[in-house]
Amino acid sequence: MNSEPAKLENAPLAKPYELRPKALADGGQPGELLEISMGPQHPSTHGVFRMDVVLDGERVVKLKPVFGYLHRNHEKIGENTTYLGSMPYTDRLDYFCSLTSNWAYALAVEKLAGLQAPERAEYIRVITAELTRLQNHISLVGFLLQDMGASGTPLMYAFREREKILDLFESLTGARMMCNYMRFGGCRCDLPPGWLDQARQVVGEFPRFLDEFEALLSGNEILLSRTQGVGALPPELAVNAGITGPMLRASGVNYDIRKVDKYGIYDRFDFRVPLGDHGDVYDRYMMRVLEMRASLKILEAALRDIPDGPIMDPKSKLRGFRPRAGEVYGRIESPKGELGFYLISDGSPKPCRYRVRPPSFINLTILEDMCLGHYVADAVIILGSVDIVMGEVDR
Amino acid sequence: MSVPLPGQGIVKGLVETARNFVGSYVEKDRLVTVQYPEERVPQAEASRNFPFLVYDGDDWQKGLRCVACQICEKECPPQCIYIVKDTARKPDHTGKLQFQPRLFEIDTSVCMSCQVCVEVCPFDAIKMDVEYELSTSDRFNSLLLRKAQLAKPNQYFHKIHPAEAAEVDARLGADKAKAEAKAAAATRPA
Ligand code: SF4
Ligand code: SF4
Repeated sequence: MNSEPAKLENAPLAKPYELRPKALADGGQPGELLEISMGPQHPSTHGVFRMDVVLDGERVVKLKPVFGYLHRNHEKIGENTTYLGSMPYTDRLDYFCSLTSNWAYALAVEKLAGLQAPERAEYIRVITAELTRLQNHISLVGFLLQDMGASGTPLMYAFREREKILDLFESLTGARMMCNYMRFGGCRCDLPPGWLDQARQVVGEFPRFLDEFEALLSGNEILLSRTQGVGALPPELAVNAGITGPMLRASGVNYDIRKVDKYGIYDRFDFRVPLGDHGDVYDRYMMRVLEMRASLKILEAALRDIPDGPIMDPKSKLRGFRPRAGEVYGRIESPKGELGFYLISDGSPKPCRYRVRPPSFINLTILEDMCLGHYVADAVIILGSVDIVMGEVDR
Repeated sequence: MSVPLPGQGIVKGLVETARNFVGSYVEKDRLVTVQYPEERVPQAEASRNFPFLVYDGDDWQKGLRCVACQICEKECPPQCIYIVKDTARKPDHTGKLQFQPRLFEIDTSVCMSCQVCVEVCPFDAIKMDVEYELSTSDRFNSLLLRKAQLAKPNQYFHKIHPAEAAEVDARLGADKAKAEAKAAAATRPA
């Protein structure tokens, strides 16, 4: 793959048209440029994301992401509420994956307060996090195909399967998406009776669906020609820009926090981290499919081995929770990348500094480099392959 | 590896679509749509929507378990509970005199159904409701639930969360038995 953005000489330039004022003069591009604002209500921008795109004909010569339409002051609210009070707000960061957001925050506070989740709670965390990964990746693939113009079919199939996982979440936590399930030192409630069997059934049936899904998509010529070689991200640039998650691994960099940090009990599971070769949209799509297969492996093992026992650290308490003064950074491999919480405590019931490292925000900063020289229609699928959720980007 | 024929991938995909389409007539897990107002999915035990206040017995004013300790008001992350303590006291389930709320209001336009109030309440007085057909035509007044609207009998709690309600009843019953035994022990020497 070429690591340079495609050269623009080959693109035919629009004929100069005198009466129209020049849209943008900087950048020194010859010919007439058109600046358009895609979003924040554009259906393909995954929420309220806006990009200012400068086009030469149909090719992108400049792209400026504009964030902040969904800004809710998450971090400041976190500093003004108790540690427990921030837990339901973390659901609203990445609202597709509330359970992994819960986990990252719980992990940071546990480090701060010296709590240790019991064995069973750790298993429940792994199971719910991997289920979250499944449903995030499957809906991402559905949305990506929707962006490519495959209206409906893949997305509906994906949502049909996602719904089964959300049913599991609902019977466990009470809510499909805003789970608010994990607590410092464990989980809020134990698994309801029959839940494990239902989960085993869902996990057992998932590979059949994945096979069907791949038969539907992976070899499809239209998908191949739309995605291969589009939006390539060279590994050096990915590392320098701090990209994490499937996007980084699609560029061939072997970095998965489940393997690097072995947080929780991930050292007990044997799973492969798929790696891409080209870093283009197709690799990112494939990465999601392969990661789902790896997650299924973990799930099978976890559902088999889950022990009985308590689900809360007895030292943990709900009211009057005051961790000692200190500073921590807790991170996990969320479905979108490295999700970290940085907390400074001064010993009071509220954190003194509360900071989120949102993976989709940082993955999005590289968007311009991936889109330059491509068609504007490709910019849409490149954005789709980044996997953003605006709740997390804007916070 | 042989070179695939052009269009092979598309045909394969179409076969998949056809399989799903035909399958939806015969296989149950391919036909998942629930025809909502006519059909409903049964709600899970853990389901939650907005909180309500539990009362015992028949009179909701007398039986309200809430003792106006205001812990939930303090802990609620978006601060949507508003409580004013009454000066008059009333006995709780063990016969001890406790405060009661004069006003207890939850602004459901702000509430985010997080269940924190339920977790922190030491008196099992506030629980999560599962009612979801709550649309109103008034944004402000009808979304602010007053004490009278929030109070629901213990039987209702049993209906929507049977396992949890049974556990709570057992715990409260044990408290009551303990209090009665203590009272009996205190009165016997006299
Ligand atoms: S609902 Fe519970 S926590 Fe809230 S004031 Fe009443 S008794 Fe206290
Ligand atoms: S559910 Fe959460 S937001 Fe709603 S009243 Fe209870 S604590 Fe407040």
